[in-house]
Amino acid sequence: MNAFELQQYLDFAYIVAVVLFILSLKFLSSPATSRWGVLAGEIGAALAVIVTLFNPEVSQYKWILITLIIGAGVGVPLGLVQMTAVPQRTALSHAFGALSAALVGIAEYYVGTSPVTRFEMGEISLEVIIGSLTVTGSLIAAGKLQEILPQRPIVYRGQNVVSLSVLAGALGLAVALVVNPANTVLFPIMVVVALFFGVLLVTPIGGADMPTVISLLNSYAGFSAALLGFVLNSKVLVVSGALDGSSGFILSVIMCKAMNRSFTNVMFGAFGQVQASAVAAKEERVVRSASPEDAAAILDAARSVVIVPGYGMAVAQAQHKVRELYDVLTKKGIDVRFAIHPVAGRMPGHMNVLLAEADIPYEKLIEMDEINGDFPQTDVALIIGANDVTNPAARTDKSSPIFGMPILDVDKAHTVMVIKRSMNPGFAGIDNPLYYLDNTLMLFGDAKQFVSSIVKELSGGH
Amino acid sequence: MPADFISNLYVFILAGFVGFELIKRVSPLLHTPLMALTNALDAIVVVAAIIIAGRHETRLTTILGAIAVAASFSNMVGGFLITDRMLRMFKSGRSK
Repeated sequence: MNAFELQQYLDFAYIVAVVLFILSLKFLSSPATSRWGVLAGEIGAALAVIVTLFNPEVSQYKWILITLIIGAGVGVPLGLVQMTAVPQRTALSHAFGALSAALVGIAEYYVGTSPVTRFEMGEISLEVIIGSLTVTGSLIAAGKLQEILPQRPIVYRGQNVVSLSVLAGALGLAVALVVNPANTVLFPIMVVVALFFGVLLVTPIGGADMPTVISLLNSYAGFSAALLGFVLNSKVLVVSGALDGSSGFILSVIMCKAMNRSFTNVMFGAFGQVQASAVAAKEERVVRSASPEDAAAILDAARSVVIVPGYGMAVAQAQHKVRELYDVLTKKGIDVRFAIHPVAGRMPGHMNVLLAEADIPYEKLIEMDEINGDFPQTDVALIIGANDVTNPAARTDKSSPIFGMPILDVDKAHTVMVIKRSMNPGFAGIDNPLYYLDNTLMLFGDAKQFVSSIVKELSGGH
Repeated sequence: MPADFISNLYVFILAGFVGFELIKRVSPLLHTPLMALTNALDAIVVVAAIIIAGRHETRLTTILGAIAVAASFSNMVGGFLITDRMLRMFKSGRSK
């Protein structure tokens, strides 16, 4: 077999891999077939990796094998993290993906076989800029999610001007390189500036916006891989990158819609700063609070209960106790369902994964649009660690920062119970009028302990 | 403009549309596993990294390629592993 024939076989194997990748995403359309999706993806990826080892350009195997082993050694523990750590793991994997795309792009610039043309220089520069900013941006996001870095947005005067100037600087260097690709001094400077921009991009963004940010970083990582495919003229990269990029992009659009905000507002709005003045101006209003015994009695008398989980449930690790509550109520013949807001938690689908881990059947996890009409017929809405996504001010109060955001209409339930640590306003610092309604009972305490006390009360009563 | 660029652009645009149609059909229930899975698929960058690392042109490109192999392969292994773990947890109440 000559080299040309071999290359054709390799290309054919890549086409098979790409078809398997597309099937992989198709299988994900339903939970019933979804695990086939993983299998299809694994076969495609394994095929692509194995045939690449036979590429005639590969002459030295030592470092490939060593780094494949290192990669597997890092990947396995990252694949086995706790479900509560999935958001930060995801951010970290965006960083790894973008890192490898950026490094290959950088290496391609330094491969001195033929002088880089201006067109290629433009492609490489764009690819390396997007890849690099995604690396540092994702690392900052992972740091915030792991709470190594403060989750609050870090802002200062003139921040947007500074950030945009840095981005303009990176793009300016790219233009200078296109004009003169032989200017090897500028290239590393451009990489460093792009890395710095990634830090500036994500530092001001607060934890509540992480679902959007993590989706955007996902799409950047995908598009940088697709651009790398352009640089290397590799269709398998173009397709995989386009699939990943469009997935991240669609998720970011869904997240933005779920918060009634635009991309620019998420990236530059520094949502989640404490609005000190607004909070201070609020007069003391009366809330009604209740004990676990009262809450248990109300739940016991209910026919239908909707539980609204939020990030607070994840922080308190309360999902397994929530599962016990679900069991004890279901045994009593009470209809229990879960209302999932698209931005509940720190990444798209976060709540679903936590509740699925706690063995809640997925038919009970209902999307916002489907369940909102049912709240007027719901006896009890039990809110566990969610705040802004239940704030009725989003429907009524034009001056509220979250006005227009689609919310779960929990206030329409006959009784609303809110498990919350204290009356401190939530992450976004926005007061929630829900807590002062006549049909609302506040259950003050740690989510895990409180749910556990309710469960004890309910099962002890028989 | 090189001819390769045009053919790659075709592929990119078509794949983008395919991606859009596929992702739209993924239930919001599975958005977290979706992100983990696309991450693992995106780790196909490893094939480019393998070629850079194995071509052995200069020490610098070999080092860059080698780091890229480790980074993307860890995503590939970890991404498929965690996606499968998550999907295994999604159980239907009826099937019990």
